[in-house]
Amino acid sequence: MNTPGKPVPRGSAATSTTRLQRLLALVPYVVSRKVVGLADTAAAFGVSERELVDDLNLLWCVELRSPDPYCPIDLSYEGGEIMVSEAESIGRPLRLAVDEASALLVALRMLAEISVPGAQAPGSEALSRTIAKLEAAAGEAAAVSAQVQVQVDKRHADGILGQVRDAVDRGRRIHLRYYVPGRDEATERDVDPMRLLVVDGRTYLEGWCRRAEAVRLFRLDRVLGFEVLDVPAEVPPEAEQVDVDQGLFRPSEQDVLVVLDLRPAAHWVAEYYPCESEERHGEVLRVTLRTPDTQWVRRLALRLGEDGQVIAPAGLAAQVGADAAAALAQYAA
Amino acid sequence: MSRRKTERLLGLVVCLLSSPRYLTAVQIRAAVPGYPESFEAFKRMFERDKEELRELGIPLETGFNSPGDDEAGYRIPRQAYVLPEIRLEPDEAAVLSLAARVWRQAELAGAAAGALLKLRAAGVDAQETAQPGIEPRLLAGEAAFGPLWEAVRDRRPVTFAYRAAGRSEPQQRHLQPWGVVNRHGRWYVAGYDDDRDAARVFRLSRIEGDVRFSGPAGSVIVPEGTDVRETVREWDTQPPAAQRTAILRVREGAGHGLRRHATLLPEATGVPDATGVPDTTGVPDSAVARGSTDRGGWDTISVPFSDVSWFAEHLASFGTDVVALEPADLREAVITQLKGALA
Repeated sequence: MNTPGKPVPRGSAATSTTRLQRLLALVPYVVSRKVVGLADTAAAFGVSERELVDDLNLLWCVELRSPDPYCPIDLSYEGGEIMVSEAESIGRPLRLAVDEASALLVALRMLAEISVPGAQAPGSEALSRTIAKLEAAAGEAAAVSAQVQVQVDKRHADGILGQVRDAVDRGRRIHLRYYVPGRDEATERDVDPMRLLVVDGRTYLEGWCRRAEAVRLFRLDRVLGFEVLDVPAEVPPEAEQVDVDQGLFRPSEQDVLVVLDLRPAAHWVAEYYPCESEERHGEVLRVTLRTPDTQWVRRLALRLGEDGQVIAPAGLAAQVGADAAAALAQYAA
Repeated sequence: MSRRKTERLLGLVVCLLSSPRYLTAVQIRAAVPGYPESFEAFKRMFERDKEELRELGIPLETGFNSPGDDEAGYRIPRQAYVLPEIRLEPDEAAVLSLAARVWRQAELAGAAAGALLKLRAAGVDAQETAQPGIEPRLLAGEAAFGPLWEAVRDRRPVTFAYRAAGRSEPQQRHLQPWGVVNRHGRWYVAGYDDDRDAARVFRLSRIEGDVRFSGPAGSVIVPEGTDVRETVREWDTQPPAAQRTAILRVREGAGHGLRRHATLLPEATGVPDATGVPDTTGVPDSAVARGSTDRGGWDTISVPFSDVSWFAEHLASFGTDVVALEPADLREAVITQLKGALA
């Protein structure tokens, strides 16, 4: 369950305005459903039942004095069920703010980018209907959302996206021929699909790799060959989904610590790979990163040439030198 | 948390929404409990309250009931306040729940959750499915995203320190932002660069330190017909340079990244064959993509390229698995690259 109505707090005002937002949504939430359960409502609003009851009491206590004192809101919550009998002017929710409309519209349009006609939810048709309805409801607040755009990388993934989606939806095992650029290897493996992840514009298949006997992520643009097998997927119970919100690639303590010195032409490395630290020494950027497999660092070092240098581990630096010497020998022939 | 303040603000909203007429500050103080006795203290508190309601997006209007009035009043027009009717089918509600997850850990997470809350309040049953087959996320981890989004939203110019590619020192830049774009997983801001007097694109990850507003809201004019996504795409796409053809020797079973765009040459094509290219006559094209392993030794392939230095770096990364044969400048560039890595 997410926790709705919790924007990033700004100063001391955050708590009472957050609560006001919740109260202004709570009344119409009940009104539009006629009667709702306390527990369900608390869950929907991401608060405890005690907090919810406190909210209801506050609403019930609101009093206006002019010309004569009266209580604009009347409600009850007996027997675990909430009913609002008098909601006065706040019986309908507040319109969407620009940030709110934009957050949903940008996300919906991103989903539309990766939707495949005919596949199961989210179907592209449901998406366009939802976008149209939301734009209509948001009115002017929708306009700015066009100024934030997400373009998903589909350069190589387009062809197989539909098939992968289908395999995930139908729970079929697939056979993958997958390119591992860090080792320049084409690997063959059977994978039991779990989910499709679309993170920051890149599309990944998350699945139980039967070769590695572990959960693996496969970037769709690196899939060389793909075949849906006539076998149901069997994801073992110990297969744990990647926690997308923690970042897809988390270094582990057992990883090798690699230190690289980068001259300006190679500073892009710091943007492409998750670095633990960056230190600047004049023109040279010294970065530290963790990796379970240093093969790709050797390849990276060859690519960087004189613009990059492996500082640690020393063995890796020596390997790079040996790689370069062996490659040069082939030109000397 | 101040319960009294929440009560007061709620009373203020109900009071102003219910009134068809503009209410003066005095009338409001009389109607809404919780304001202090002293008029000065009341005025200060009321000013802050108005500010907070506006920050929540509540359309608080100021005006006069008749031209003869000498004191302005306040009201919240119901039509401007209320979210219009929205009815979603179950498949639409499912799509909406999925969309609300996209920003979960990012800048607009609170906004997405707030929107979902209002839509639920409007009667939409947007439940999160326990195990959706697809999990979309925008991480927007760059610190610059928040202020740049606000600047785009409010049409405000900004200034920031920017470290351009290959430069070691950041430069202070001044930008009228038109939009924020995520292209293939990277965030960019596009706009009019006041220092360069031209449209420019900046990568958010290269912005150093704070993004500051450098002008009032509403002062940025986005040119008619601007497509920010197209602006970024053009910037990110290399100008169509003349394509050239490289002839490479590639160890069998290796160089997959190259083979995807390659043509397997049936024979040595008259290339100076210094190191004994095996005869590959009769191998079908599909063997290129599969990287056939049934013949020992090497394949000769041809691959299109345009930028010599980039391609030479790419070829160097394959180490002993790839040898550049032609053209001569490419071959030289790979050798230079490898010598650089010797150090």
